[in-house]
Amino acid sequence: MLQIILTLLIFIIVVIPMGKYMYHIATKKRTFADPVFNRIDNGIYKICRIDRSGMTWKSYAGHLLMTNAVMIFVGYLILRIQSVLFLNPNGIEGMPADLSFNTIISFMTNTNLQHYSGESGLTYLSQMVVITFMMFTSAASGYAACMAFSRGIAGKKKGLGNFYEDMIRITTRILVPFSIIFGLVLIWQGVPQTFGANFTVETITGKLQDFATGPVASLEIIKHLGTNGGGFFGANSTTPFENPTIITDMVELISMMILPGACVLTFGKMCKDRKQESLAPGEENRIRVKEPIFGGQGKTVFIAMSVIFIIGLSVCYISELKGNPILESVGLSQDMGSMEGKEVRFGIDQSALFTTTTTSFTTGTVNNMHDTLTPLGGMIPLLHMMLNCVFGGKGVGLMNMIMYVILAVFLCGLMVGRTPEYLGKKIEGREMKLVAICLIVHPLLILGFSALAVVTQAGLEGITNSGFHGLSQVLYEFSSSAANNGSGFEGLADNSMFWNVTTGLAMFFGRYIAIIAQLAIAGSLLAKRRVKASIGTMRTDTVGFAVIVVVVVYIFAALTFFPALALGPIAEHLTVWF
Amino acid sequence: MKTFLKYLRSGLILTAIMLVICGLAYPAAMTGLGQAIFPNQANGSMITASGEKTEDPEKAVGSAIVGQDFSGDQRYFQGRVSSVNYNTYTREQAENGEYGGVSSGNFNYGASNEELKKRVEEDMQEFLETHPGVKMGDIPADLLTASGSGLDPNITPKSAQIQIPAISAASGLSEEELEKIVKENTSGKVLGVFGHERVNVLKCNLAIAEKIGEI
Repeated sequence: MLQIILTLLIFIIVVIPMGKYMYHIATKKRTFADPVFNRIDNGIYKICRIDRSGMTWKSYAGHLLMTNAVMIFVGYLILRIQSVLFLNPNGIEGMPADLSFNTIISFMTNTNLQHYSGESGLTYLSQMVVITFMMFTSAASGYAACMAFSRGIAGKKKGLGNFYEDMIRITTRILVPFSIIFGLVLIWQGVPQTFGANFTVETITGKLQDFATGPVASLEIIKHLGTNGGGFFGANSTTPFENPTIITDMVELISMMILPGACVLTFGKMCKDRKQESLAPGEENRIRVKEPIFGGQGKTVFIAMSVIFIIGLSVCYISELKGNPILESVGLSQDMGSMEGKEVRFGIDQSALFTTTTTSFTTGTVNNMHDTLTPLGGMIPLLHMMLNCVFGGKGVGLMNMIMYVILAVFLCGLMVGRTPEYLGKKIEGREMKLVAICLIVHPLLILGFSALAVVTQAGLEGITNSGFHGLSQVLYEFSSSAANNGSGFEGLADNSMFWNVTTGLAMFFGRYIAIIAQLAIAGSLLAKRRVKASIGTMRTDTVGFAVIVVVVVYIFAALTFFPALALGPIAEHLTVWF
Repeated sequence: MKTFLKYLRSGLILTAIMLVICGLAYPAAMTGLGQAIFPNQANGSMITASGEKTEDPEKAVGSAIVGQDFSGDQRYFQGRVSSVNYNTYTREQAENGEYGGVSSGNFNYGASNEELKKRVEEDMQEFLETHPGVKMGDIPADLLTASGSGLDPNITPKSAQIQIPAISAASGLSEEELEKIVKENTSGKVLGVFGHERVNVLKCNLAIAEKIGEI
């Protein structure tokens, strides 16, 4: 219990400077590291002859989509022909077409759902130039979209910024340097980093033992930092070679939380910027306002996210701690909690924390096996992927939360009969339609595909646990895909044509429909005139408003997902306990 | 069409440069740094029979951070249940195809799964037979549940404790000696707060093997 609280405290302490640093990068303000990075970046711009002018939302979205499309194509090609390329010491075969399709969509959309097993499915080259590469670029794409979105709604300038600049700045200034530093920490603790082949030793009892290895650490750190989540090995961060000690566990945990958290702070600071600007010229210098830590708007969002996170974490932790009554009934003491699928070095507390974090921040890495969680313990990760806004993945989580914020503003506006406003911009029909698209696509993908899976033979064949838990497996797989999370109830036999194609489509639409709609909202708000705040304006930077947002999120989830959850985890809970 | 080509060109350039930086240069640099600064860890934390670090699989008997299968030998501590048998196998099993290659994972039985109940019941039965004097409710949960990775190197101190009388009987070592071995191979919480107390099964067993003259 204490270690959970302390870990979260560490997160709060480190997210503040990170938010500041990220804000300075997004708005091109000065940072201490500029002399080095400016040179590197300018070199890259020069070599690539990148046009650095500002973009409209359409052109920003166009460049993002085109770049992602090129990357998908290149990655797909490499996976198909990996067997004949270099760096293949373990003699891995090429990947089949449907599995390659699934894998490449999975990694480009920041989902990292894995229907292959890393030990036997990928060469070292593919692990590097497809997986590691996409872990950087998909994270950078999410961040870029988020920064453009924030500029749009907090906005002062014309245009949403330049896509290529955003991509390169985040990569060279945050992702690569942090990966190197904390990657070395992982190696120090025992995560392998080698191009040598898997090895076999002879044990003292005369048996043989195989070890899978490779360039693990370099992938491992960006997997968390970029909220990616796809493991080098099948069992992901439960394996000792990916996550050998509590220190690596915490490094991985904090690295997946820090950037989504920092995005919220950056957003808050950007909103504050605008306020300062609206002061009369000259006045600004006189009352030199201190740069805020959160910014009022950022604080509201941060509080709302934290409340949902803490509620989820508590339910998951308590449920796991209570253990499995069925095992108790056959005589296995459950005083330790439910240890099936968990590692001794992490125990119940760090496993519950990791589980809640990985699904809230939509990373998808696991340090225990989610399929074996207790029913309610497993419902929390499922629910948080269905909400998809509790911090959320790199950048996109903030955008999803703003959708709920706009919805909350809209509902409150309706109640008092005023045109709703957010950040001084009127929220009108066009914005609400786009918000509705974002909020409806997600449940539609999850529930629609789940329904398809349980009425077709091909879908049913994947289910490996009978009864209610079987439905949970299906729901989990599609929630994980649509939310671009990537963790799984791994028992699901998901490497088949049906599962590869359906989850591939869920990931694709889950990612890009939302991003395009959200950029469109930003573009549309940016084009509007700002209305002066009056006495009747609802303030969105108060704790009261944060509570409203939390309630809106839960009501929305209950209306949409409760029937499905009742048939899956809740029904299983009732059968296990009563 | 012209704008399309312009978009395509920029996309290709960005892809190329990111591929070189993130996909090739960065992992190569990390490998160089890792191999230079932490050669043992970067190659899998292999240890020899005497517990020393090594980078040569020929001399190694396992990895300090990965669990190993000792089932069937009553003289050694037993680790947690593994769905992949810790990737440990005999030469016969490799030849007749019983061993399917290196992997990791768990049985993935949900809490309500009948198979889970059955597996625990069977293991419990066996444990009680091979460990006379142990009462049913005393077995710690980690010993009869499967680890997430199938490669968990650790058990809890309680799980080590409960095995000691049986190991003592089979190996001829005194219970005090075994307790000392367990204590030496137990690591505590980091800073007294983070993580859990854990016993490294392989290291304990190497110490036992040395004492009974197996190595």
